[in-house]
Amino acid sequence: MIDPDAATSLDRLVRTEGRAVLATLVRTTGRLDLAEDAVQEAVVRALETWPRDGVPDHTRAWLTTVARNRAVDIVRREARRDHKEEEAVRLLDDDPAPTDSQAEHDVLRLVFTCCHPTLSLDAQVALSLRTLCGFTTAEVAAALLVPEGTMAKRLTRARQKIAIAKIPYRVPDDHELPDRLAGVAATVYLVFNAGYGTPPADGKGGRDAVERDLAVEAVELARLLHDLMPDEPGVIGLLALLFLQQARRPGRFGADGVAVALADQDRSGWDLSLVHEGVVLVGDGLRRTPDSPDPYVVQAAIAACHALAPSWSETDWDAIVSWYDVLLTVHATPVVRLNRAVAISERDGAEAGLAAVDEVGGLDAYPFWHASRAELLARLGRTDEARVAWDQALELGLPRPNARWVRRRMATLDA
Amino acid sequence: MPTYAAIIYSADVDYTDPQYAETTAGYYAFGEAAAAVIRGGAGLYPTSTATTVKVSGGKGGDVVTSDGPYVEAKDVLTGFYLLECADLDEAVRYAALIPGAWDGGVEVRPVLPMG
Repeated sequence: MIDPDAATSLDRLVRTEGRAVLATLVRTTGRLDLAEDAVQEAVVRALETWPRDGVPDHTRAWLTTVARNRAVDIVRREARRDHKEEEAVRLLDDDPAPTDSQAEHDVLRLVFTCCHPTLSLDAQVALSLRTLCGFTTAEVAAALLVPEGTMAKRLTRARQKIAIAKIPYRVPDDHELPDRLAGVAATVYLVFNAGYGTPPADGKGGRDAVERDLAVEAVELARLLHDLMPDEPGVIGLLALLFLQQARRPGRFGADGVAVALADQDRSGWDLSLVHEGVVLVGDGLRRTPDSPDPYVVQAAIAACHALAPSWSETDWDAIVSWYDVLLTVHATPVVRLNRAVAISERDGAEAGLAAVDEVGGLDAYPFWHASRAELLARLGRTDEARVAWDQALELGLPRPNARWVRRRMATLDA
Repeated sequence: MPTYAAIIYSADVDYTDPQYAETTAGYYAFGEAAAAVIRGGAGLYPTSTATTVKVSGGKGGDVVTSDGPYVEAKDVLTGFYLLECADLDEAVRYAALIPGAWDGGVEVRPVLPMG
């Protein structure tokens, strides 16, 4: 029996190497479904045998051999059925385990295929978890709160579209790269937020410890993108933002799984080395784009202001409002305006904040807009109006940890 | 190389009417720009000229015709191209050059191999 930490790092190693083997096998076979089945088998066998027999010297070569043999088996079986002998033969003749740079390029292609804009966002997220993070279909389903059968169908449909409509397996040209990268970043950020909104999977807060933590997976995906494309401002910004948010995650939920407002969080639990890494990346990102910063870099700068503040009352709200002004020049959305308005309420008081929140249009269906108004109304002593606004926020479907916080807050008003 | 149908949904009007000369010119321009990949296609008269045919009770049953298109909508099927492209990226690139994509929409779908 090996200890849990070693098991976690072995699991990580197998899945990272498995991803490289998968990416190359997709290139050589041209088939995502075949490559996934073959690599899954190799990964399962590695996780069974390595803890017992020891980790082989050349992990990637080991996984490649097992996966390719499995792929050949599958193709042979199909060949007997469909008379496609030559495909199996071609597979057997293939080059040995790919070099690091080959594998990197293959993984990059896989990223752009899984996050292709002609796939629905749901499909992109599911495929990314399945192929890039090495989840099983059951794990993807559990992580995204979708029945396993539904998820299996969604994945099959996505793979069929890739194969039949021929979504290319290649890295986009330079001129289309910024747009395509923005799509990839949006997918990774969506994965992160799906995990960030719930307590970490550490056995506390009612979550199962074996359940995969989507926020952690998203951070790993962003790290991978940064390894592959270290000079892209959007990738630098994404990684910085995820580091700075993940660093503050330990304080976001109480032991009972209820959200804790930033003002009340215990900052001693924050991961300062992750904060540091994030801040360095923000500097790097800003230096590369002095004229028109990348939106992720600016959001990371805002997150850095929070992460570096020793307490809520010592937060530099002036700087935060200024960063929101910068963000509005490159990413003008109602949600950004709302967040800026909340920062104004901290800098200039609840009255000015409420005026700013009311000025933001187009968020009638957004529960956090109502919740923000409610909080400011409560601070101004307008309790009845606050209650109405909180009720609206709850009705519109505030995430559960936040909803529990709101109910608790409403109870203190009654007291 | 796969062939894609680029199915055009746009305003249900008579494109032979001189007032749509600019749009028509746009289609001629697309025809030239995409000559290398176009394998076929057609433009259609408005749905006011359409007849929908159904056979009630399946094969061999009564032929029932109705005046108008199969599906009523603001934007309707006004034409299509067959485009032979390397992959979906290339097909999307060409589809974006079709005038119907500018004020309506173009559905890009791979064509079943026949024979």
